[in-house]
Amino acid sequence: MKLKTILTGAALALGLAGAAVAGSHGKTKVGFVYVGPIGDGGWTYEHNRGRLAVEKAFGDKVETTYIENVPEGPDAERVMTQMALKGVDLIFTTSFGYMDATINVAKKFPKVKFEHATGYKRADNVGTYSARFYEGRAVQGLIAGRMTKTNTIGYIASFPIPEVIRGINSSYLHAKKVNPNVDFKVVWVYTWFDPAKEADAAKVLIEQGADVILQHTDSTAPLAVAAATDNVIGFGQASDMAEYANGPRVSSIIDNWGPYYVARTKAVMDGTWKSDDTWDGIGAGMVKIGEMTDRIPADVQAEAKALEAKIASGEYKPFTGPINKQDGSVWLAAGETADDGTLAGMNFYVEGLKGDIPK
Amino acid sequence: MDLSAINWLLLLASLMVASTPILLAAIGELVVEKAGVLNLGVEGMMITGAISGFAIAVETQSPLLGFVAAAIGGAVLALLFGFLTQVLLSNQVATGLALTLFGLGLSSLLGQSYIGIKPPLTGMIDIPFLADLPILGTIFFRHDLMVYISLLIVVAVWFLLKYTRIGLILRAVGENHDAAHALGYKVVRIRLMAIAFGGACAGLGGAYLSLIRVPQWTEGMTAGAGWIALAIVVFASWKPGRVILGAYLFGGVTVLQLNLQAAGLAIPVEYLSMSPYLITILVLVIMSADRSRTALNAPACLGRSFHASS
Repeated sequence: MKLKTILTGAALALGLAGAAVAGSHGKTKVGFVYVGPIGDGGWTYEHNRGRLAVEKAFGDKVETTYIENVPEGPDAERVMTQMALKGVDLIFTTSFGYMDATINVAKKFPKVKFEHATGYKRADNVGTYSARFYEGRAVQGLIAGRMTKTNTIGYIASFPIPEVIRGINSSYLHAKKVNPNVDFKVVWVYTWFDPAKEADAAKVLIEQGADVILQHTDSTAPLAVAAATDNVIGFGQASDMAEYANGPRVSSIIDNWGPYYVARTKAVMDGTWKSDDTWDGIGAGMVKIGEMTDRIPADVQAEAKALEAKIASGEYKPFTGPINKQDGSVWLAAGETADDGTLAGMNFYVEGLKGDIPK
Repeated sequence: MDLSAINWLLLLASLMVASTPILLAAIGELVVEKAGVLNLGVEGMMITGAISGFAIAVETQSPLLGFVAAAIGGAVLALLFGFLTQVLLSNQVATGLALTLFGLGLSSLLGQSYIGIKPPLTGMIDIPFLADLPILGTIFFRHDLMVYISLLIVVAVWFLLKYTRIGLILRAVGENHDAAHALGYKVVRIRLMAIAFGGACAGLGGAYLSLIRVPQWTEGMTAGAGWIALAIVVFASWKPGRVILGAYLFGGVTVLQLNLQAAGLAIPVEYLSMSPYLITILVLVIMSADRSRTALNAPACLGRSFHASS
């Protein structure tokens, strides 16, 4: 028993020494954990562009590694542990479902810094960051409300988490504002990335009368389905998806992670990194609206751009009262704006949306 | 809730489309397993078929050539598995898993320059007269060629296994390879042919995803369809007819739950998505409860390596 303890201790010490040596040869190592493949054309693709921006900014001074297609769950913990053991200094875990895994692994490696995307659990060595995608959703909702002829907008939702619900609420509110007859059909696919399922969902929504498809999943499959029709439009999600610009894609919401990743890597290099919570939107450039195509009439484009500018300057907040909850109770009084705490934990639909959020 | 929003005819029609990839992959795997080989690399063969079919279809602008290439691509990858397991006698489970990983990597390498490209459209074939039938026409007779081919393959496999000498030999190899060998049948060669057929079918299934159902190339786009195909073979207790049932059940549940959601019906999605797997487990339990039946269904030599000296 005693011998075993000593041996374990020795092994641990050796391991730590090894890690220290690995970390001390000048290069800062940055790791990325991806939920999908870097070729998904959407979410993971943009995170990977952020990684490349880090490489470009620091050249030989950094070494980046990434692992793609990591399922949310125990596998994620294993992958992060492996990265930490290899002497990575800063690990970006880029999906909501990695939240608990990130916290667990961070406890075991207090010297390694972690950055978890879209989550809300922090620790001394775990910071969180996210983008205010819902600001982009507001612009998207306006365009969708103006463009729909059938007054039916289909929404492919992934998981019932606050980030996704915020997106549905924000786009619905702004579509409704310009088109009071608009109706949303929401389908939950319970995956971030499954092109076949995303395509099936888009088909179902189109069959049921939707002529605008909004998506909160990572692949371009819904746009590929829309491309097979004449009248259905969609938006690039997380990335520009410009390859569909000649077809159904009329605009997009682009997640621009590069500057943030560069700044955080710099902080680790300088030794100034501290756990914090970053939540930037259109104003800070973390969320961008992709180029609008000619399928959007000029007056609608102008209206959308005006809204984008007002959000960027901070003059207008997408969740500004009067807004009621789905059950009719008052959420925000006239002129009142939502605080970040409520937004971060949003678990209800606004008035007018049909159906229930799955539990 | 507004069930009238659902177009039930279109739903049943799209059910057939959603089920075709797993149907193709499953019927191929059934033949492989009937020959006594367990190839867990279905996912890898599917995705390889998806990219090889996509690439060739884009280059030649012919979906038909694309499907041929997909079948060849899948079969080539399967033969790699065949060589390792039948000639070099490696462990089938480990090799199959490795094949999946290899296929996923290989396909994303091959697919680098095909992201964001639109494939040539595969034409729909309205079968004359039958397509104009009310109700049945919309559901059954207005599909692309591959839907019909997949069903034809299933019927052909059923017929071959049940009524022909080839089928008898294949089954003999799967049930007792030593006896088949003693009778003078080339066990390894027969198994290699079955493996190649399985790979070709999986490749077709993958290409159906990338050319028709989605239609585009995305890395990792099979997203687990190959594993479902493996489950269907067990669910079908190695009977071709039941493979259709299984594939349409799995595919149908996916499409049905999306339709119900879009129509605003409050159903717990998780349970519906779970149901085919629960039924598979149930079938397994029922099968294993009756020993004589188990013996009739699962090929006795499934997953066992064969060497002429043993």
